[in-house]
Amino acid sequence: MSDAGAPPSGAVALALPAPQAGRRVRVPRPLVLSALFIGLLALVAVAAPILAPHNPERGSLRARLKPPTREAPDGKTYLLGTDQLGRDVLSRMVFGTRVSLTIGFAAVAVGGLVGGLLGLVAGFQGGWVDEVVMTVADAQLAFPFILLAIGIIAVLGPSFPNLIIVVGLSGWVTYARVLRSQVLSLRQRDFVSAILGLGGSVPRVLVRHILPNVASTFMVIATLELARAIVLEATLSFLGLGIQPPTPSWGGMIQEGREYLDSAWWISVFPGVLLMLTSFMVSRTGDWLRDVLDPTLRGES
Amino acid sequence: MRGFSGFLAYRLFRTLVALWLVSTVVFVVMRLSGDPVPLLLPPDAPISEMERVRHDLGLDRSLAVQYGVFLGNVIHGDFGRSIHFRQPAMAVARSYLEATFELGLVAFTIALVVAFPLGVISAVKRNSFLDHAAMGLALVGQSAPTFFIGILLILTLSLRLDLFPTSGRGDWRNLVLPALTLGAFTMASIARITRSAVLEVLRADFVRTARAKGVTELWVVAKHTLRNAALPILTITGLQFGTLLGGAVVTETVFAWPGIGRLAIQSIYNRDYPVVQSTVFIAAVLFIAINLVLDVLYGILDPRARA
Repeated sequence: MSDAGAPPSGAVALALPAPQAGRRVRVPRPLVLSALFIGLLALVAVAAPILAPHNPERGSLRARLKPPTREAPDGKTYLLGTDQLGRDVLSRMVFGTRVSLTIGFAAVAVGGLVGGLLGLVAGFQGGWVDEVVMTVADAQLAFPFILLAIGIIAVLGPSFPNLIIVVGLSGWVTYARVLRSQVLSLRQRDFVSAILGLGGSVPRVLVRHILPNVASTFMVIATLELARAIVLEATLSFLGLGIQPPTPSWGGMIQEGREYLDSAWWISVFPGVLLMLTSFMVSRTGDWLRDVLDPTLRGES
Repeated sequence: MRGFSGFLAYRLFRTLVALWLVSTVVFVVMRLSGDPVPLLLPPDAPISEMERVRHDLGLDRSLAVQYGVFLGNVIHGDFGRSIHFRQPAMAVARSYLEATFELGLVAFTIALVVAFPLGVISAVKRNSFLDHAAMGLALVGQSAPTFFIGILLILTLSLRLDLFPTSGRGDWRNLVLPALTLGAFTMASIARITRSAVLEVLRADFVRTARAKGVTELWVVAKHTLRNAALPILTITGLQFGTLLGGAVVTETVFAWPGIGRLAIQSIYNRDYPVVQSTVFIAAVLFIAINLVLDVLYGILDPRARA
């Protein structure tokens, strides 16, 4: 990430007068912060068994619904409190990170691959291929995907792979639509007809000339889609159709704490805030990526 | 050479194909999700009774026949009788529509009225304090999950401050929290896309030309910029409407709002196929109609899009 961002920043800083130079240097800092946050989260997911202070699935009956405390009646520390079964909220959040990140990244891979390919081909080929892809896209967009997701999961059962497929396929339309419209305008540009006229093959044009032009857009969408995928998984788990208890997931925790909102707000609020923060940091990264990657915005004053 | 009416006819055809795809997917998914008959009868019901109910619902016929009957009924807007409510399914779904319209319209209006001016001002006064504050807030609104916004609003404004009821439908106070919850994402998205669309156009050559001619900044924004920025804004706003319908499912569930989204979820749990089909069909028709209108607007605003 810093490799991609640093050289152009340096180049622009050299070329532009001092005030702009100062502004350019400051840009990556929040990006670094977001990237650090995501890295840290990934680390937490990997090292969950080491980091979690308690067993996330075993509660202590003497420590039910305890507020965030340094010492509960059973002599243990529950930094973020316990839930209705006396399970440690912090430990469950730590393990929930695994669910969110795994499903999030895998879903982005599924959606990006399907949507990216279809968008490229539809935009470049046009004709009936474009018709079919865009009609299916329209149909998918035509009703709330959450209903389809619920229907599919009701049929297939809420397992990890099923969630990845459902959440992944929920996002392909975005890639396909945006890339298609970009490719559509790119292929009318002179350089594309020139290369085709000089005998360049279609795959060559797609890979060497179209792809680099849409790569930054793709990166930006993928990052924003990661945030959306994490939120969708949490939403499904919140509705009881995602990760099933007792396996901890952020959405499931928020759902479990809903009944105790008045007396034990921490059960819902802590995982919710972490979910919000994660989604925020990831989408922020997408925004900064766009600013750094999009050549038309670069050096803009 | 196709005229504008040709463009419309073609869009209409695509719309019908999309509707057919939606109905088929709904049919397949719902038929695969299990037999509703055991849910309707007491556990000790005799086999003959189950067979009778199955026959009454047409579930004993082959899938192909069921699909044919289903498609024929769809054309008439008839999805059969609700298994749970024992009334025509379409009538049940339609009776829940009003509450969703009320919620969606209020949420969308709040979102648009707040977000559009905010986006334009943020673009024109780029990097100002207002820009940073508005866009920061928009980002939080866009990244926060709908259901958690709802939970936070219930916790703070309802349980702690006791300003609004936690759930149900009644007077305007019942509407405030769900509308804010549902509108938050849309508001954030419209504000951000408006800002970036206006920024994009402000950099265009013709804007520079207009400025060079001595056109006032207000006129540059009002005449030259907004018209050209309208296309992407329109597209996203249309897509937002779909998101809004999806958000209604979650929002209505969180706030026990008696709308079509909550009905859909409950009907999926009840395996009430006819009602699920009706709700999804209504949602699809609504969304497609909105997009058709947007396409027409698109064609009027940008002749290049009519191809």
